Amino acid sequence: MSLFVPNRYRGKLIVVEGIDGSGKSTQISLLSHWLRSQGYAVAFSEWNSSPLVRQTTRRGKKKEMFTPTTFSLLHATDFADRLESYILPLLKAGAIVCADRYAYTAFARDVARGVGRRWVRNLYRFAIHPSLAFYFRVPLDVALGRILGGRDALKYYEAGMDLGLARDVEESFRIFQGRILDEYDAMAQEMGFHIIDATQSIEAQQIRMREIVMKEIGDNLKGTVLHVPATGEFVAQPSTSPVL
Amino acid sequence: MRSRQPLQFYNEPLAGVDISDLQGKLIVIEGPDAVGRSTQIAHLRQWLEQEGHAVLDSGMARSALAGKGIQMAKEGNTLQPITMTLFYTTDFADRLENEIIPALRAGFVVLIDRYIYSIMARAIARGEDRRWIEQVAGFALVPHAIYYLRAEVEQLVSRVVIGRGAFDYWESGMDLRFGGDMYESFVRYQGRLIKALDSMVEPHGFTVIDATQPIDKIFRSLQRHISRLKLSNLGPRRAPRVKVPATP
Repeated sequence: MSLFVPNRYRGKLIVVEGIDGSGKSTQISLLSHWLRSQGYAVAFSEWNSSPLVRQTTRRGKKKEMFTPTTFSLLHATDFADRLESYILPLLKAGAIVCADRYAYTAFARDVARGVGRRWVRNLYRFAIHPSLAFYFRVPLDVALGRILGGRDALKYYEAGMDLGLARDVEESFRIFQGRILDEYDAMAQEMGFHIIDATQSIEAQQIRMREIVMKEIGDNLKGTVLHVPATGEFVAQPSTSPVL
Repeated sequence: MRSRQPLQFYNEPLAGVDISDLQGKLIVIEGPDAVGRSTQIAHLRQWLEQEGHAVLDSGMARSALAGKGIQMAKEGNTLQPITMTLFYTTDFADRLENEIIPALRAGFVVLIDRYIYSIMARAIARGEDRRWIEQVAGFALVPHAIYYLRAEVEQLVSRVVIGRGAFDYWESGMDLRFGGDMYESFVRYQGRLIKALDSMVEPHGFTVIDATQPIDKIFRSLQRHISRLKLSNLGPRRAPRVKVPATP
């Protein structure tokens, strides 16, 4: 039984994965700007951002109503809505869809929360197989340093406080992210992740990403993917691609 | 989905739930839209309470977590099929973990107006993969009994037209884009739902009840079946104490 649905569309799907503080959002943002500047139709989809599900997620988080199962199911609902209403039509149209986190996030995070591994993999079986999946691999301490230095408060579910791992939120975050990291590392080979060493400079990582993109889907970019001739005038326009 | 003993998980145990703690009875009423499930549940509840049982009733889209969100999503008519399936499954999981299981621990009789089988039937009616949704819903508990109120589509049509006077967008499966006509769409969609529910009768051990009978007859039939479940230590009581009006 295959994990996902094969992508039979003109468009391409590029996803980034990694624990909080791995720098993946910065990298996918840089990559999408670069692709757009080359004249490609680029769209962007972020984990946990469906307008249909937003209020329910907010309610569950605010009132701390989630169990591992409902947390997992509601995130899958959010994912399904973005896939059915947004990502699929764009792939059909020939766009490059960049996704900040994909089903692998659930595979790592929900399992770290105690949800069954086989169950959560089956849950996302309707997902489209990404053309490219990047995994930003970073030691726990480096990621924690970036997160703990840069933000004022860790959130309840982000820190895995619902699991009762530790009373101290920072300690809980450390244990929980450590578990997630273990899950990512364990699936990296099976999932065919392109592993990026996320301790390198931002520039070095971005160069590596672009090389991989050109090597793996460069021919598609010249062929089936939707793009406009790279005239200076068009490229200079500000991009208004919707961010869900 | 393997069939198992009542109050076991189908194939995915929920963390933190010890099934040996569960004392109550789990009774499910299934059936297509407008078949008369809620009427029967109201009567059953009254009867069971008079018999001295504590009763919890629970139905779709009534969870504290997702009930409101589902209502809002349905109003927008933008709910896509897999999203719908998963939203309803979230709603079900929230009710299972926070209402149904605690009530079973406390020894309640839990009456459920549509369980995972309706979620599965709707998914199947929309062309989703049966095995996928069966596994997704595999954290459900096996009920003591599943009563399937069965009617043909023509009978549902007359109930909708006479009882409500109009077809509902979602009950007519208008999201399936069979066409603009709500009556024709209702007939096709409900036909698919009935077919999907019929296919579960044997594997899930549904007790089929002819829902074309008068309301009081259906009620008495349900009472007879439920009496056999040996709900309580109060002793058998034969005569139904609830007055149920016969269908005119």
